[in-house]
Amino acid sequence: MSEAKVPAWVNIALIPFLNILLAFIVSGLVILAIGENPIEAAGYLVYGAFGYDEGIGYTLYYATNLIFTGLAVSVAFKGGLFNIGGEGQAYIGGLGVGLVCLALDHTMPLYIIAPLAIIGAAVFGAAWAYIPAYLQARRGSHIVITTIMFNFIASSLMVYLIVNWLKEDGRMAPNSRTFEENAWLPYLHELLSPLGIDIGDSPLNLAFIIALICCVFVWGLIWHTRWGYQLRTLGTNPTAARYAGIDTAKVTIWAMLISGGLAGFVGINEIMGVNHNLLLNFTAGYGFAGIAVSLMGRNHPIGIVLAAILFGALYQGGAELAFEIPTITPEIVVVIQGLVILFSGALEHMFKDRIEGFFIRRAVA
Amino acid sequence: MTNNTVPFAIELRDISKRFGAVQANKDICLQVPAGTIHGIIGENGAGKSTLMSIIYGFYEADTGFIEVDGKRVDIRSSQDAIDAGIGMVHQHFMLVENFSVLENVVLGTEGGALLKGGLTAARVELQRLAKEYSLDIDVDAIVEELPVGLQQRVEILKALYRGARILILDEPTGVLTPQEADHLFRILKSLKEQGVTVLLITHKLREIMASTDNISVMRQGEMVAHRETQHTNTEELAELMVGKKVRLTVNKDDAQPSDVFLSAKNLTQFDGQGVKRLKEVSLELRAGEILGIAGVSGNGQSELLNVLSGITPMSEGEIQFAGQTITAKAPKDAAQMRDLKMAHVPEDRHKMGLVTGFEAYEAAVLGYHNSASYNGKILMDHTAMLEECKVRMADWDVRPPNPHLKTANFSGGNQQKIVIAREVEQNPDVLLIGQPTRGVDIGAIENIHEQIVKLRDSGKAILLVSVELDEIMALSDRIIVMFDGAVVGELDAKDADERTLGLMMANAYNKEEQGVSA
Repeated sequence: MSEAKVPAWVNIALIPFLNILLAFIVSGLVILAIGENPIEAAGYLVYGAFGYDEGIGYTLYYATNLIFTGLAVSVAFKGGLFNIGGEGQAYIGGLGVGLVCLALDHTMPLYIIAPLAIIGAAVFGAAWAYIPAYLQARRGSHIVITTIMFNFIASSLMVYLIVNWLKEDGRMAPNSRTFEENAWLPYLHELLSPLGIDIGDSPLNLAFIIALICCVFVWGLIWHTRWGYQLRTLGTNPTAARYAGIDTAKVTIWAMLISGGLAGFVGINEIMGVNHNLLLNFTAGYGFAGIAVSLMGRNHPIGIVLAAILFGALYQGGAELAFEIPTITPEIVVVIQGLVILFSGALEHMFKDRIEGFFIRRAVA
Repeated sequence: MTNNTVPFAIELRDISKRFGAVQANKDICLQVPAGTIHGIIGENGAGKSTLMSIIYGFYEADTGFIEVDGKRVDIRSSQDAIDAGIGMVHQHFMLVENFSVLENVVLGTEGGALLKGGLTAARVELQRLAKEYSLDIDVDAIVEELPVGLQQRVEILKALYRGARILILDEPTGVLTPQEADHLFRILKSLKEQGVTVLLITHKLREIMASTDNISVMRQGEMVAHRETQHTNTEELAELMVGKKVRLTVNKDDAQPSDVFLSAKNLTQFDGQGVKRLKEVSLELRAGEILGIAGVSGNGQSELLNVLSGITPMSEGEIQFAGQTITAKAPKDAAQMRDLKMAHVPEDRHKMGLVTGFEAYEAAVLGYHNSASYNGKILMDHTAMLEECKVRMADWDVRPPNPHLKTANFSGGNQQKIVIAREVEQNPDVLLIGQPTRGVDIGAIENIHEQIVKLRDSGKAILLVSVELDEIMALSDRIIVMFDGAVVGELDAKDADERTLGLMMANAYNKEEQGVSA
């Protein structure tokens, strides 16, 4: 009943804002402690993320990965599943992209390779999610445990495959050969410059547009399809789902397949869009950050885009900050990112009850 | 109740507890004389467990207070309760399964950083207790390897070890075999002889009659009666538990039953623990009649509804419905049963009938979400869903008539109307309906009853489960009584009166007729 009396903007805007504010206050104290000016540092951070075209490009490039993994977490979460395995699914999704590119880049044009690579990313990511999904739905293994374990397996598998099978002959570096240029996803600055729009050189590529399309897709899927209806029923009231005759095992498996597929799209951005070869550790924790993005974005595509841009800004602005103030090392930047994740994700409920209580009391009085 | 100068072992004064809109306990007063076995009975949801949780410090009462041995005590945690000499044996044991009996007993009172000293002292004390109360047990046995009855004994020992003089047992026989239950009652008697006061919570009338000195009855959060066991009987207790309501009248003509729409033979269901919840239930449901299932709640009615509607698979038996034979080997799930035109209004609208986080128009299609009228080619047709919801809200007088309001924010009666409208408007051949008017106000009750009769008169078959005897008697054409998972009686509604039904519900009917006291 309490939800009725709390104005919507409190949950959507006020609470996330307070969480971020607190994260920045604590970050400010950390920066003070190492003898730098927190205001100046905040200035560099914001300028680095949003102050010039290239900075914005980088911010959105990081955000692209986070949108994919954030959506992945949210789809599973809507079905009451906590998919911690975005990291591994993204990694294996990248393998799918890499294999398609390596196989076809000598013979096929981009407009054939790109759709196949997208399918490859989705199929490989989904396949990696399928095993934990099957174990949860049919065998009762807990999905949190199995997806975590599958991250480790994915990591080892990729090392084995790249070092033993996909590494370029005669080279020491543990990565595949660079793809031919016709397997490179176009950068947005290249696409836009013929139109006379200059957005500065950055790794921002077509995958960002794919991410936005995925947002619309997920929104329609969850709120406007029968399947989404079943998913939400299962996620909010499993007993009612059984009463309604919903095949809960099947919905669980499909939710994880879609979740894994979305996570796999990180490979499109990283492998096909930026690195142009298959390499180790390109997922760089995006799968885990996606959990915080999804939490902060309230599992809604619009919220996820906003949260992903915030986190992208922290990545990009943080790099700029470490460059401008050398005493603030990249490790300190990681601390700041960690604080934002801690306060907005893990401590989401720290203020929630009290603030809601305040508004309920005010509404009653 | 006895009026002596000896203070009561435990006394409750005006205890009230509210959870949101639900008044779980209202002005509860209770006096338990020392050294007696006191039974507290009531249906599921009558507030017994809440009351015990208050005594044991899991919840704090909103108002009222507790006296132990004539002294007021402030119980804010289970530690406070233990300090006051109160011990509790929960329905679901609170034991560490892979610890030994000894380790479980000392849990929380280990004393010191090293276990050895505490364990040795405990071993001696435990052996003394076991001897004193004849609670034989191997203190080094691993708990999970013990049978359930012995695990319960560990719980009792644990409470005694902590110095409990007042022992609360919450539904202690639910998990026991009859032999284990008998043994438990012998243990309780010997505890009583040693001066321990026992509070026994249960909804089983027979065992409470057999083992207690005094009985208190709870109904809908209130303490409605206190009786001395020797001056009451199961019939009176059953009536007190279920309660007499304002007499309901339903205008209906005599039933014109025709074809058998659904027939069930020997339906049996075991739950996850292997307990037989449904015992060889057979029934026939005819077109144009309302078959009422009477019984104290928790006697297999819910399981029957769930098995008939396909929510839980049956373990044995057979259902004939719509030309299909449904067995354990050839089951049908809830969606398939719906396709065969069976509708189901579940007993618990919050847990099962609705998704309370959904907006009303979404909850109004639950179970029928695959129907063509709510779907376009790919997307769901929200416009059609909204339009239909608006019409139904008007037809069924759902207030407020706002299809976008979250289902949780409607009152109980209006939520129930949303569920019943959803099921009835599908024009089913068979309607299973559980507790149709639980928590529904009088005006809405009439409306709901009218709709049920209307559906019957249009030649449909209705199976009605209700714990309200008046409702069963007013609506049904034929009545089946369930007790302990089995059908114990069937009679024409015209021959039914509260006394007969009450006796049948306590499974004491035939015995009394034969002159055997219950």
